[in-house]
Amino acid sequence: MIDLLLGAGLVGVLFKIALVLGVIMTVVGHVVLAERKVAGWMQDRVGPNRVGPWGMLQPLADGIKFIFKEEIVPEAAHKATYVLAPILALTAALTTFAVVPFSDRLVVLGREVAPIIADLDIGILWIFAVASLGVYGIVLAGWSSNSKYALMGGLRSSAQMISYELSMTLSVVGVLMVTGSLRLADIVSHQTAGVWNVLVQPVGFLVFLTSAFAETNRLPFDLPEAEPELVAGYHTEYSSMKFLLFYMAEYAHIVLASSLMTLLFFGGWHLPFVEGMLASFSPGIAGLVHFLIFFGKVCFFMFLYIWVRWTLPRFRYDQLMRLGWKVMLPLALANVAWTAALILWGIA
Amino acid sequence: MSARELVFWADAIVAVMSAFVVVLHRNAVVCALALVMHLCAIAVFFLLLDAAFLFAVQVILYAGAIMVLFLFVVMLLDPEGRGMGIRVGRVQLGLTIVGASLLLMGMARALPSAMDPSPALPEGFGGAHSVGRLLFTDYLFPFELASILLLVAMIGAIHMGRKEVER
Repeated sequence: MIDLLLGAGLVGVLFKIALVLGVIMTVVGHVVLAERKVAGWMQDRVGPNRVGPWGMLQPLADGIKFIFKEEIVPEAAHKATYVLAPILALTAALTTFAVVPFSDRLVVLGREVAPIIADLDIGILWIFAVASLGVYGIVLAGWSSNSKYALMGGLRSSAQMISYELSMTLSVVGVLMVTGSLRLADIVSHQTAGVWNVLVQPVGFLVFLTSAFAETNRLPFDLPEAEPELVAGYHTEYSSMKFLLFYMAEYAHIVLASSLMTLLFFGGWHLPFVEGMLASFSPGIAGLVHFLIFFGKVCFFMFLYIWVRWTLPRFRYDQLMRLGWKVMLPLALANVAWTAALILWGIA
Repeated sequence: MSARELVFWADAIVAVMSAFVVVLHRNAVVCALALVMHLCAIAVFFLLLDAAFLFAVQVILYAGAIMVLFLFVVMLLDPEGRGMGIRVGRVQLGLTIVGASLLLMGMARALPSAMDPSPALPEGFGGAHSVGRLLFTDYLFPFELASILLLVAMIGAIHMGRKEVER
């Protein structure tokens, strides 16, 4: 049994997928809780504290509540796409995690286990490809609801995501040029051998951070669901589990963006000084510590998301577009040219 | 039948069916969506040729970026998705027959060599390195020509789309 579960065969892969999805869903639930807690503290409130100790079981209560809500499909909606949209949104968000490595090398019960579902050569491109398909979830939700607010939200999000996808991809190109590989594990091992990419590519990181906020539809760029003007934007007409799918997709994107920032710019599971100490431990413990370091960094970036949301006000739509096309895109292009020049002169 | 052949035929059916939906469905949004599906099916063909890089580029550029813009325009022009209701006249019918027969002739020539699900491929086919090398050596001139063409089209579109500024 253990042999099958930890092996590289079909059962092993399915087990790994189930495990990763389970962990991601749990993390997503608790990011929602953390959001409400941090929001509470920032506004001098307590936040949810009724369900379980410190409100730790709140995600469970939320989930059950969503399941028991009435499911409403608007009369004038385009039924097929209306149902398809939330499925697309969450599927795209979760599929990206297939190529995210979680640790250096994992040894479980004396067996080597790859800490990744699919170790693709083109890891980072896979993430961009699948994430770009996730836009359809939002656009279709906006269109199929047959409602003005939802349509406005859908249109805004497609324009916004296309604009920031460009600068996001270009900001990663600098990292890829320095590393010379598209595989995420290679990018981390390159940083383990040298310095973290954030020191080599500070401009690239700034552009990536900003674009990631826009890509995940988070404040200060949450125009697609701006509640004072659009009710709830693209998911105005959704209720019950369908709404929950959108909600989980948004938070899964936050987990993904935080993981990417950790892997691409902040050394993944590498921490200076700790690496030398880990050499004396068994590979099993070292793998676990590496995973915890990675998880800690991801948690920091998820906190950053929440922190920014409750600190900055929303941009106006024209400001958002101007920032994307006139600041972020030229910066990302200049960063690529500058990195190329440095490599050509043999400095980087 | 190997797993690879099974995927090939399943994907081929998806590609052809979605292409039919693009042409035949009345709702413009559904047509655009079927085109997205078709482009993804084409990307899976690249995957069957072990060209993972081309797969990713196909999905990112065509399915992910260009088609979102298509959908954007369709939704803006026709939010209820009623379709245009274009009438087919004699000229269109004639041109369609000519075009279709040319296409069928081309397919009849190309198909026999395209039926092999696992053809012999050069080393590193469709990888980031080989595609990059081809773009910067053999196909440098056509590549730059195409980008200048796109630039001209872009400048033209911006010129036509901008508002008149009163002085």
